[in-house]
Amino acid sequence: MSSGKGGELIPSSSELDLDRPNIEDYLPSGSSIHEPVGKLRLCNLLDISPTLTEAAGAIVDDSFTRCFKSNPPEPWNWNVYLFPLWWCGVVIRYLILFPVRVIVLTVGWIIFLSCFIPVHLLLKGHDKLQKNMERALVELICSFFVASWTGVINYHGPRPSMRPKQVFVANHTSMIDFIILEQMSSFAVIMQKHPGWVGLLQSTILESVGCIWFNRSEAKDRETVTKKLREHSQGVDNNPLLIFPEGTCVNNQYSVMFKKGAFELGCTICPIAIKYNKIFVDAFWNSRKQSFTMHLLQLMTSWAVVCDVWYLEPQNLRPDETPIEFAERVRDIISVRAGLKKVPWDGYLKYSRPSSKHRERKQQSFAESVLRRLEEK
Amino acid sequence: MGNTSSMLTQYDIEEVQQHCNNAFSQQEIVSLYERFCQLDRNGGGFVSGEEFLSVPEFAVNPLSQRLLRMLDGLNFKEFVAFLSAFSPRATVQQKIEFIFKVYDSDGNGKVTFNDMLDVLHDLTGQFISEQQREVDLILEMPLFTDCKQVLTKVLEEAGYNKESLLIMSDFVKILGSSGLKMEVEVPVD
Repeated sequence: MSSGKGGELIPSSSELDLDRPNIEDYLPSGSSIHEPVGKLRLCNLLDISPTLTEAAGAIVDDSFTRCFKSNPPEPWNWNVYLFPLWWCGVVIRYLILFPVRVIVLTVGWIIFLSCFIPVHLLLKGHDKLQKNMERALVELICSFFVASWTGVINYHGPRPSMRPKQVFVANHTSMIDFIILEQMSSFAVIMQKHPGWVGLLQSTILESVGCIWFNRSEAKDRETVTKKLREHSQGVDNNPLLIFPEGTCVNNQYSVMFKKGAFELGCTICPIAIKYNKIFVDAFWNSRKQSFTMHLLQLMTSWAVVCDVWYLEPQNLRPDETPIEFAERVRDIISVRAGLKKVPWDGYLKYSRPSSKHRERKQQSFAESVLRRLEEK
Repeated sequence: MGNTSSMLTQYDIEEVQQHCNNAFSQQEIVSLYERFCQLDRNGGGFVSGEEFLSVPEFAVNPLSQRLLRMLDGLNFKEFVAFLSAFSPRATVQQKIEFIFKVYDSDGNGKVTFNDMLDVLHDLTGQFISEQQREVDLILEMPLFTDCKQVLTKVLEEAGYNKESLLIMSDFVKILGSSGLKMEVEVPVD
């Protein structure tokens, strides 16, 4: 009796995205379509309703877009009594608090620059002293920034100690995450290179604390960055690395998939969870909607930036775990602590289309079921 | 109702509701409007193909290109009408009509063999093509399957053939009794 190798399918020819975590491992397995049985009939082939339902579901609401929705605080001023109160608030915020904050920030910059420039230029020979002073100065200017938003930050958990082979990861809401963390202890962060004045700061001051830059749009960049990360983490005297494995700013209610790069360095991972209190201000930097300058101005004209920072227990790669599983485990730890909902999407889908691998998987499973049912009598 | 993303008035909502044959409640229409404005990032009054494809769940759907042809350039009223087939209040007839429209890409009211083949190709990608299916007992040579053969075989078993032109009533006959489930829930705050 012959039995063909029916069901053997041509493997996908799309290139394997080695640097991205496998979405297949995280998406609900298979589909919402129940496994059809029985002989293949015309109504089975013509009935495309499951696929159409999935498409319409995505049009009506999808978990990816939800991650990047700004959530401004609810307006509460819509009545005769509250409106004047709110108006007073606006006056205080814009005409009193804002100028004071600008002054504080300017004073901070003056102090910083008048110490940093001499230290940078004159202490060229004394590396250790120079490094320590520059670190302290960067911590100082970050404190000034935080003061300029009236930042009320609650740090929980033991402060990280400076040890080699240690990498910190945190969820990402805005570039101010870095400032808030840097205020407490000196980190070397890895960031997207930005244009404008931010880029200038990146290439001058932040280089001194050992920050690493990457460019999302350059494909080859990834290997160079991985190499730099590895070198930095092995170095004894460097500031500990701070990585935001989501790769993009998310709105502090969801967490997108962590990239595995940080989890392959062979270091201990110290997770940090950051949660902003939305009542005071929505700290999510929606980079599609506003520039960083506008974002900072928005923060400086709000009442306060209130947030909680939790330093969580350091984690190591378990012997039976892959780096991707490790990344997911740490994402779980951080999401639970900060009250974030997990979604199975890669943050970089903000900038590019999903790879054809995912569609091919659906096509493959449908094709398999058709061929199998064709065989049935 | 203008083409700009402005606030919806009660009059607008009722107009949209009428246009979609009351498939959605007024609250659902407001939610859909928020969603429409969220997708229409450049505020042009319609959602472009690119903007739809920026939803990854939609982009990975095998029928996304076919649906884009039906969705491109729709204003909000037409957008709601498009989605009305997925409302729990839509009849089976309306759902089958929608499926028919997906197949009938030239809109002439007739679905050809090639139309069905195209959709089958979309759904199976390159995974059914030149597949070894059985070994012919007599010739002891492998028999191959591809989409054309699958479709032809199944059509013939149902009483049609390669030259058949299916119309709406044929679809109703074929799909009407199979318990069609095609519903989507509009999230309402």
